[in-house]
Amino acid sequence: MTGAAPAGPGPTPPAPPDVRSARRRLVMDGLGIIATASGFGLVYGLAARAAGFSPLEASAMSVLVFAGAAQFAAVGYVLGGFSWIGVIALTAFINARHLLYAAALAPYLADRPRPLRALLAHFLTDEAFALSTAHFRRLGRADVPGYWYAALVTTFIPWNVATLVGVIVGGSIPEPERLGLDIIFPAAMAGLAVGLVTGRRELVAALVGAVVAVAVSLGWDPAAGILAGGLIGPLVGLAVPGRPSAARHAGDIGVEAP
Amino acid sequence: MSTELVLLALFMGLATYPARAIPLLVPGVERLPPRAIAYLRLVAPAVLAALAAVNVMVVLDADRTPSFHVGVEWLAVAVCGGLVAARRSLFAGLIVAAALVAILRAAEIAPLP
Repeated sequence: MTGAAPAGPGPTPPAPPDVRSARRRLVMDGLGIIATASGFGLVYGLAARAAGFSPLEASAMSVLVFAGAAQFAAVGYVLGGFSWIGVIALTAFINARHLLYAAALAPYLADRPRPLRALLAHFLTDEAFALSTAHFRRLGRADVPGYWYAALVTTFIPWNVATLVGVIVGGSIPEPERLGLDIIFPAAMAGLAVGLVTGRRELVAALVGAVVAVAVSLGWDPAAGILAGGLIGPLVGLAVPGRPSAARHAGDIGVEAP
Repeated sequence: MSTELVLLALFMGLATYPARAIPLLVPGVERLPPRAIAYLRLVAPAVLAALAAVNVMVVLDADRTPSFHVGVEWLAVAVCGGLVAARRSLFAGLIVAAALVAILRAAEIAPLP
């Protein structure tokens, strides 16, 4: 046996890292997010352009909604002729998961001024949550500049710049179908859905949602089909026995942007 | 330049903001019943899968009459989903899906839509 045993009754918990080293790690972790947000934002811009969005409209979505899955879904809703009420309701449903992220961050930020918290909230995404919650945990407290790095530098800015580039470039491509760009939207939807499947319940909800949506679309209308699938799929998923799925969403920072 | 959807974007942002802000501004409000939280967690995969399936399996004719569609788009979407499951990389999946469709269409194995 070699080495000295630690003094005292048990191992001493590691000291939290200083702010500088924690921020250094945050910056390094964020580099991959910048690349993903840029690439995915570009794809969103292309898809939005293919659906007839103007650059201003596509950018408005990225600034005001700033939620990748909901923005991609909105492209589909617009193509499918959804009513605005339906689009807004489904957007609220898709983005309801942010409630869980905000709840997890709330204890860290409780002592910050209310206007600041109100501002921070708009920039809360899957990526901002994943990066900042890990950063806060490492520090053992909130670090607002770290949050801004996670929310603005790694996601908001790349996402919006790439959206603008995508929608402008997309408008200059004469036959996007020849490049397979028309497949980007459904492939993105399927990929995002797969990324959210973390257990049997999610799998069943997704499969039932798809089947119900297609059936109702063929029998009635695609817009109604998507709505029916999105509402009935989760109900059937809830009926599946088994443990609740792990909350993997917090670590799935490479799948959904922002 | 069309601006009609800017207003829609604003409403979508307003619909999203409460979920982001309420737990930060009113701590404790987020304590929904567990069943409601479980349902909300399942909505996103169900809606996204529904969108993907309808987009590749249902086509509308000039009269907006829907019909079932089978094509290379199914394969591309499945490949993308498989890559996401295997590699956790949506971006790579999208690139491969688009490239696959472009190649099959260029080779006239699959028709243009």
